[in-house]
Amino acid sequence: MQAVDRRQFLKIAGLGGVVFASGLARGAQPYGAAQDEFFFVQLSDTHWGFQGAPNPDAAGTLPKAIAAVNALDPQPDFIVFTGDLTHTTDDPAERRRRLTQFKEHIGKLRTRQIRLMPGEHDASLDNGEAYRELFGATHYSFDHKGVHFIALDNVSDPAARIGEEQLGWLKGDLDRQKPDARIVVLTHRPLFPLYPQWDWATRDGDKAIELLMPYRSVTVFYGHIHQEHHFKTAHIEHHAARSLIFPLPAAASVPKRAPVAWDPAQPYRGLGFRRIEAEPGEYKLTELPVVGKA
Amino acid sequence: MRRRAFLLLPFAAAAWAQAEPRVIAIRARKFEFTPGEVQLKLGEAVVFELTTEDVHMGFDAPELNLHADILPGRVARVPFTPAKAGSYEFVCDVFCGSGHEEMSGVIKVSG
Repeated sequence: MQAVDRRQFLKIAGLGGVVFASGLARGAQPYGAAQDEFFFVQLSDTHWGFQGAPNPDAAGTLPKAIAAVNALDPQPDFIVFTGDLTHTTDDPAERRRRLTQFKEHIGKLRTRQIRLMPGEHDASLDNGEAYRELFGATHYSFDHKGVHFIALDNVSDPAARIGEEQLGWLKGDLDRQKPDARIVVLTHRPLFPLYPQWDWATRDGDKAIELLMPYRSVTVFYGHIHQEHHFKTAHIEHHAARSLIFPLPAAASVPKRAPVAWDPAQPYRGLGFRRIEAEPGEYKLTELPVVGKA
Repeated sequence: MRRRAFLLLPFAAAAWAQAEPRVIAIRARKFEFTPGEVQLKLGEAVVFELTTEDVHMGFDAPELNLHADILPGRVARVPFTPAKAGSYEFVCDVFCGSGHEEMSGVIKVSG
């Protein structure tokens, strides 16, 4: 495993965004005419239903993010939410109420192609039952303009396992891909052991990475850790997205994992969503903020 | 031979008794471990006996390479002999609800 050298890739862009150019592994061939350029948007960890000091505008942050996505011109080809759509509750009826309210909110997105997956807050207490009732399958794959997307569920098992059954499905799905296929994995938890002390891991994530390893172009977009993070396991890139409820501190930077305190002078600091441009041979990531009055 | 074995038996039993690891019971429940702090001596063999009072929990001390699932109605036994002094956090790594993220404890090993 290796950390990505941020200085090598990061540059400040206009409009407050941050661009991360995610290149191919050394030696891989660029992908040419077979792939159309397009972009999609990643939102993550909206935690609908959360209440608390870390975000005094908890009910207003998701609508602000939706308004910001709706203001993009042109609109993205599709939008992904990488889990923790809602904040956990022990009450199954309240869980369904929160998921339903979330569904109503995302119904206001102009882009109608929306891809969802659960986080542990949505699915771990009932093994994904309520999520599936409202949104369907928790793992699936689809193709878009020359890129093969795979959504992996590493949260419906509360022990953070993908599980043998889903790993078998993943193997079957990958078996139909060519070694030079361009593959994007969407998931909630990191597939690599980023910081298990804070539950930032997938117990059997190494098995998924092993299955993905023969493919030359694999990029993982995930959430869970409520902050931007970039990492490589061999040639596979892993990019964590910001949250839309509260940021968390960097791994091991403080004794306890607790939300970064809300700063009234800089509301929504550390929150945001991501624009991902799929271009031949690379992805360009632009981090976009949430703006507005709290 | 039979008489010699008979004479050695009490000594062997005593030695075995000395080697018996200390049992440390840790109970898990939403959203805490009890006790939340465990004191150990360097080189002291112990066995953690882990139980849960409500739902499926986890016991994970990544720096010590210790891990167990704690299932309702069962005792999970984890043997351990500390080889290095220090403080080592353990956490619940099975999502158990709204306080899961704060559910942790510490193993303190002194020289």
